Amino acid sequence: MTAWEDARTPRSAKVTPSSPGPRLQKIWETGPGLKGWISSVDHKEIGKRYIVTAFVFLLLGGIESLVMRLQLSGPNRTLLSPEAYNQLFTMHGVSMIFLYASPVLSGFSNFLWPLLLGSRDMAFPRLNALSYWVYLAAGLFLYAGFVVGRGPDAGWFNYVPYAAREFNPGVNIDVYALGLILLGISTTVGAANFVVTFLRLRAPGMSIDRVPILTWGTLTASVANLLAVPSVSLAFFLLWLDRQFGFHVFDAADGQPLLWQHLFWMFGHPWVYAIVLPAMGMVSDGLPTFCRRPLVGYTPVALSTVATMALGFGVWVHHMFSTGLPDISLSFFSGASLIITIPSAVAVFAWTATIWLGRPVITTAFLFFASMIVLFVIGGVSGVMTGSAPVDWQLTDTYFVVAHLHYVLIGINVFPVVGGAYYWFPKFTGRMLSERLGRWNFWTMFLGFNLGFFPMHLLGLMGMPRRIYTYSAGMGWDTTNLVVTLGAFLFAAGVGLFLINVAVSLKRGRIAPENPWDAPTLEWATASPPPPYNFAVIPTVASRHPLWEHRLNESAGRSCLDEGLLLDHGRETLGTTPLDGEPSLILEMPGDTPAPAILALGLAVLFAGAPLKAWWLAGLGGVICAGALVLWFWPRRVHADEPEAAHG
Amino acid sequence: MTYLKTYGPRADPVTGLTWGLMDLSLAVIVIVTGLVVVGVWMRRSRQPWPALASLPLGGSGGGTAWITIGVALTVLALAGALAWTVAVMAAVAAPATTALTIEVTGHQWWWEARYLGLTPDQTFSTANEIHIPVGRPVLLKLYGADVIHSFWIPALGGKTDTIPGRTNLTWLQADRPGVYRGQCTEYCGLQHAHMAAFVTADPPADFEAWRARQQQPAAPPPDTAAAGEPLVVAHCGACHTVRGTGAGGVVGPDLTHIAGRETLAAGTLPNTPNGLAGWIANPQALKPGARMPATDLSGPELGQVVAYLETLK
Repeated sequence: MTAWEDARTPRSAKVTPSSPGPRLQKIWETGPGLKGWISSVDHKEIGKRYIVTAFVFLLLGGIESLVMRLQLSGPNRTLLSPEAYNQLFTMHGVSMIFLYASPVLSGFSNFLWPLLLGSRDMAFPRLNALSYWVYLAAGLFLYAGFVVGRGPDAGWFNYVPYAAREFNPGVNIDVYALGLILLGISTTVGAANFVVTFLRLRAPGMSIDRVPILTWGTLTASVANLLAVPSVSLAFFLLWLDRQFGFHVFDAADGQPLLWQHLFWMFGHPWVYAIVLPAMGMVSDGLPTFCRRPLVGYTPVALSTVATMALGFGVWVHHMFSTGLPDISLSFFSGASLIITIPSAVAVFAWTATIWLGRPVITTAFLFFASMIVLFVIGGVSGVMTGSAPVDWQLTDTYFVVAHLHYVLIGINVFPVVGGAYYWFPKFTGRMLSERLGRWNFWTMFLGFNLGFFPMHLLGLMGMPRRIYTYSAGMGWDTTNLVVTLGAFLFAAGVGLFLINVAVSLKRGRIAPENPWDAPTLEWATASPPPPYNFAVIPTVASRHPLWEHRLNESAGRSCLDEGLLLDHGRETLGTTPLDGEPSLILEMPGDTPAPAILALGLAVLFAGAPLKAWWLAGLGGVICAGALVLWFWPRRVHADEPEAAHG
Repeated sequence: MTYLKTYGPRADPVTGLTWGLMDLSLAVIVIVTGLVVVGVWMRRSRQPWPALASLPLGGSGGGTAWITIGVALTVLALAGALAWTVAVMAAVAAPATTALTIEVTGHQWWWEARYLGLTPDQTFSTANEIHIPVGRPVLLKLYGADVIHSFWIPALGGKTDTIPGRTNLTWLQADRPGVYRGQCTEYCGLQHAHMAAFVTADPPADFEAWRARQQQPAAPPPDTAAAGEPLVVAHCGACHTVRGTGAGGVVGPDLTHIAGRETLAAGTLPNTPNGLAGWIANPQALKPGARMPATDLSGPELGQVVAYLETLK
């Protein structure tokens, strides 16, 4: 597919200070004011919004956990009623898993992908904006119930029959069910966008064995989301029908309560990998920069990323080892759950070898990335223990599992994300985060995290069940729980230091050059922060490390960053072939539009009407959606008619 | 509640496997942490931000031996873990014959245990405290009355869920006498935290005596406590059964031999006259959300009810 599908032969140009920057700036710049802000489809803008919104939900979920830790700091405390505790632990899980862990990675990937791949935007900028606005709407929707005291209270896993109307008659579970379906729309359109972007929007010469590992991580996560989200959306839709329209899918008499668990975990377990693989990709890309050498074993690491995801679809039953399934099924899923460790081992040894064969420069970002290896291993081996079915009969639903999952989710998501924030902050904002405050930030978080979560393993081994709002004295759990609570607050203080560092550095941080870390990948070849058009000309790539080529000599040719295709007849970028990255067509990119925001608003109104059974409201939402779609698909002016401007 | 030390053939092989995998896990953590810490320390760049020209950027190859060796060792360890896992599953599979079958039903928020007799009058129900004979395998049939619960006695074996609409089987055997505490481990609502279960392993003769006593209906009360019986029938009988009286409700625990139990409300409080009086007067204060409403009894009536219940040994 090398033939030009556009009739025009694009011009090539050399970059100078006066050209083509100013002209591209005019074409790509977001309009002023509130309207411009709402209408922006710039992936960098959307990425930053994702990250900031996800951090707000992280803080909310964090505050919820601190309140729970106060309640559990000693036996028989009465700070929280059982009902309040149940809503808090449910919202904590919902916030962290659905509203923080996945969206924050979408944020990083949204900002970084086109820069890593040498493109001017994502494949579908408007879908990209839609996925953010719907995420925001779903987050507010889920929290709206909580704010009025009607938050979901059946756990994020929402098992029936407890979540059925008979045992949970309030509107809270309906809000949760519909909120997750709404969020599923956001995840799905976002995932489709990543997949197409990966396949078609890479710079010429960037064959798929030259893309950064982060893009492998997000790609596999996105494919997984496309396959997994339908399962949970269906489950929640059927639950809503059960609850409000007298269906009998999940009830014990005519339906099957276990069906819920299968549908939920067929989604839930692949999702766990979807919220760690992109973060592992960040480490695979960031760690080598500070080790001053390429990642050891690019190909095994990329393949193991894909393998993890594929195997990740075959382990869901390990959440159900105690439901009374036959032994033969338990053996199979035990085996699968142990085997999935192998691709993780590939990554761990690749990172360790990169440290040993490199010359690590100890920065804050490096500390977060390197410590993640250790936390990953701790979360991994406790995962092997729970993957062994007979052991899991004892461990499941105790604090051991709470410890395990927090080592996995905080260790493999939060630590790389904060490390990634230190690494890419200059690219996001044009300023450096303070390294001095960074050290305090890292050590407080690292010590607080281990103090807070490692003893939970012991609590679990001492038999403390999960999801209990209190416990009696004399169980032998008192001191350990107090230590856990202190650790949780120390960890929170560490997160607080990070926020302080961000706030201070945004105003007073050192101005960042293009490539402050002497890093090898394309995002560092453009200004910090990048201009709206990302690259003045489309770069041509000849190796995995375009900015280290002069030192590495890993390819015959040389990447070309300051001369390339101009593509300035309006918003344009280059489409390339899926495997080899050969130029194949000019893609006309859509301009800014408020349509995605309006469509998200319409969806939110529609979904708000449903749990209230206010059908007029739902209808109004439908009308808004229809209007937004008309605006969205209104024919565009064709830019090719514009006369070619004179180029200097 | 710890399960690192267990007392029966259903639990012990699992405990061995748990310790084995835990030791393996700790070894892996120590090795990898050591590799990372020593690697960073030995290989760290001593310049603050080294001059670019002096960097040891080698080619992009090399180092794959780390991955090969590391993964090979991982595969060996995992193969061992898997073989041991399958062997343990076979070792703890239910024996072909068991000495006793008990039907255990999880309710919000208490456990019902039904002992089936050869004839209907030998069948009886009790709550939260399950007696078994020492050294004999006991089969448990698990039912869920309302939502999903999970039955777990850590020192005797792992969890099995009680799922409405399904019958799950598990078994346990205690090798020495004693009281083994357990707790519901599947989140089941407001009082999930107060849903303890106890297994009391008695020497076989004691167990038979206990069972014979449980099979009897309530004995007629002595005169000093007789005033309580009609009050219990009137105020408690809609939900609770006291066999041999007019109280025949099936919603709450069977009270025929309540005075023989150690705790009330699934381990929430000790079964003393004061505890019983406080519980009956205001269950919602002690276990908010519990299905038992406060009872409309005057002070003296409450005393009579407690006095009567105390006779139900």
